[in-house]
Amino acid sequence: MSEHSTTYVPKSAFGKWFESRLPIAGLIHSSFIAFPVPRNLTYFWTFGAILAFMLVSQIVTGVFLAMYYTPNAAMAFQSVEHIMRDVNYGWLLRYLHANGASMFFVAVYVHIFRNFYYGSYKAPREVLYILGVIIFLLMMATAFMGYVLPWGQMSFWGATVITNLFSAIPGVGETIVHYLWGGYSVGNPTLNRFFSLHYLLPFMIVGVVILHIWALHVPGQNNPTGIPIKSGKDAVPFTPYATIKDIFAVVVFMLFFAWWVFYVPNYLGHADNYIPANPAVTPAHIVPEWYFLPFYAILRAIPDKLGGVIAMISAILIWCLMPWLDTSKVRSTAYRPLYKQFFWLFVVVCVVLGWLGSRPAEGWYVIASQICTVYYFAHFLIVLPVLGFVERPLPLPNSILESVMGVQKGGAGMPAGANAAPHSKG
Amino acid sequence: MRELGKDKMMKRTLLIAAAVLGFAAPAYAAGETPVPPQQKWSFAGPFGTFDRAQLQRGFKVYREVCSSCHGLTYVAFRNLSEEGGPEFSEAQVKALAAEYQITDGPNEAGDMFQRPGRPADRFPAPFPNDNAAAAANGGKAPPDLSLMPKARTYERGFPWFILDVFRQYSENGADYMVALLNGYEEPPADFQVPEGGHYNHYYPGHVIAMPQPLSDGQVEYPKNEAGQPQAPETVDQYAKDVTAFLTWTAEPHLEARKRLGFQVMLFLLVLSGLLYFTKKKVWARVGGEVEGHATPPMTHNP
Repeated sequence: MSEHSTTYVPKSAFGKWFESRLPIAGLIHSSFIAFPVPRNLTYFWTFGAILAFMLVSQIVTGVFLAMYYTPNAAMAFQSVEHIMRDVNYGWLLRYLHANGASMFFVAVYVHIFRNFYYGSYKAPREVLYILGVIIFLLMMATAFMGYVLPWGQMSFWGATVITNLFSAIPGVGETIVHYLWGGYSVGNPTLNRFFSLHYLLPFMIVGVVILHIWALHVPGQNNPTGIPIKSGKDAVPFTPYATIKDIFAVVVFMLFFAWWVFYVPNYLGHADNYIPANPAVTPAHIVPEWYFLPFYAILRAIPDKLGGVIAMISAILIWCLMPWLDTSKVRSTAYRPLYKQFFWLFVVVCVVLGWLGSRPAEGWYVIASQICTVYYFAHFLIVLPVLGFVERPLPLPNSILESVMGVQKGGAGMPAGANAAPHSKG
Repeated sequence: MRELGKDKMMKRTLLIAAAVLGFAAPAYAAGETPVPPQQKWSFAGPFGTFDRAQLQRGFKVYREVCSSCHGLTYVAFRNLSEEGGPEFSEAQVKALAAEYQITDGPNEAGDMFQRPGRPADRFPAPFPNDNAAAAANGGKAPPDLSLMPKARTYERGFPWFILDVFRQYSENGADYMVALLNGYEEPPADFQVPEGGHYNHYYPGHVIAMPQPLSDGQVEYPKNEAGQPQAPETVDQYAKDVTAFLTWTAEPHLEARKRLGFQVMLFLLVLSGLLYFTKKKVWARVGGEVEGHATPPMTHNP
């Protein structure tokens, strides 16, 4: 990260001595203090900070829960009840952690759809964006394995259904499933390895998040106009402007989070998971957590097992191709009247898929799932490439400042002499 | 019966609405299991607390009726005197625990032995293991009741499931349990109840292994000053009381949770207010916050 230009000047002798050996203070200064932020960012841009907060919250509550949790098939359920009943504020830790997973996904979905709407995935932010998709995949794996740990009925049967998907892989499928299980069915070894991985993956997420933020600081943030920062007047320094806005947004999100934790803590879970795992009794409906439902609907829409698995995985991996599938020169959907309609249609289709994922796979539900799945992929494979050619975008403003001057007269931006275009020297 | 008719009509309306939306549900999925009526619970809502007298009555029902088949193995005797529960006195709990025989050991000679219970002990299970429980109950082990209201629910459907978040409806399991305990009735003429099964209006599939557990006057309730029972000694009242008690066993820190929740919400509200104005002040330095983009096409004239 040597190309980070920095205006950081250490004041103390120790500061100078340390900075010449490890310029970490300068790195923090350039990344989180002097970093130029487009001045027109909306609250949709605070979800990065909210996600960072959720990640830390999950790790902190998780570390404490792990001090009391017992990853043993005979004791796991009981140890969770021990946390809920006997550990001081154990109920709070567990409800924060369980609902925190859902809040993490609420925030990540807002973050992802903000990125879709404002074309943040387009050049020069492709790597930043693909790192984000990797974080999402890691989050899904972590959340899934975390849900298995309480060893309730839905834990056990959810684990059985999802691990069984790997058996669809030709040739090596069965072997992979046996490695996942550590045996010939979901059992104690499965629980042990899931616990181990559930503790490991969040730290991998932290690693990729660091890359994600690093990749963000090279091109800088996108903004609602989609046009880059052109002069100091288009931007403000990250601190205090973005910092205070992020902190405010995080606290408002905590209010939302607290509502679930304190008032409806079990709403997002399944009643079946308060029944200890029983390999002999299958629940009436095996349903994954809400954040997996759209993908679950796609999985079940395909009558063939392998086909379903491929469709489900493709539904996420196709995101990685978006920078190249989207042929429009314009980033922000604000200037794309036609795409705006397709964007909202896509959102509706995703929500409907989520609802279908919660229904039993029978009758009309299957047909509706199939229609939605076809549309889901058509959005990426047809709408995105074709629209770039047929759509007449609205005229773009010359600069961010010009755009927002329509809203309010702009004042001073970045301090004089500040490096407005991020890393233009690099 | 009038209630049922209304219910049916509601369902038909919903079904038609679903069909119009293009997602017609298979007819049987919407029929079959009826929706339990919602009860008024003292522990519902943001300031909900348990009714101590109700929990104590509910415990009496559990002890005199349910406990012969159903365990309460996650609950310790000491919990009964803890804050936020039935709040029996410590002396009462000590005396109660001593009535139970607990298997302890091994002692110095290596033998397991029986001793009277202590407040720290958990309720002993009614059967030595699940197989014994199943063998004594027609092949199906009666489930432990410690978590029952959290382990049962019923389908809410659209749009109720969204509204539930706002009105904090989380007594699904409790409402179902009251309905179930009141739901024993004669099967319809065309309904064949299999051997060992019992017809219940609210049980999914209607055939439940548990015979009707409660009957009017079965449990004697404490008397008030006038010498009358403090609550009616009816199946409906027993069902509500035992369900309230089990809601506490499932969520012993419910009161503490809601109390802390209110403090947290209040704190966060004030903090977010302060932060909002701080942010406004900070942004005033650069001429105030400007967000988003001008409504295109640009109206900017030089």
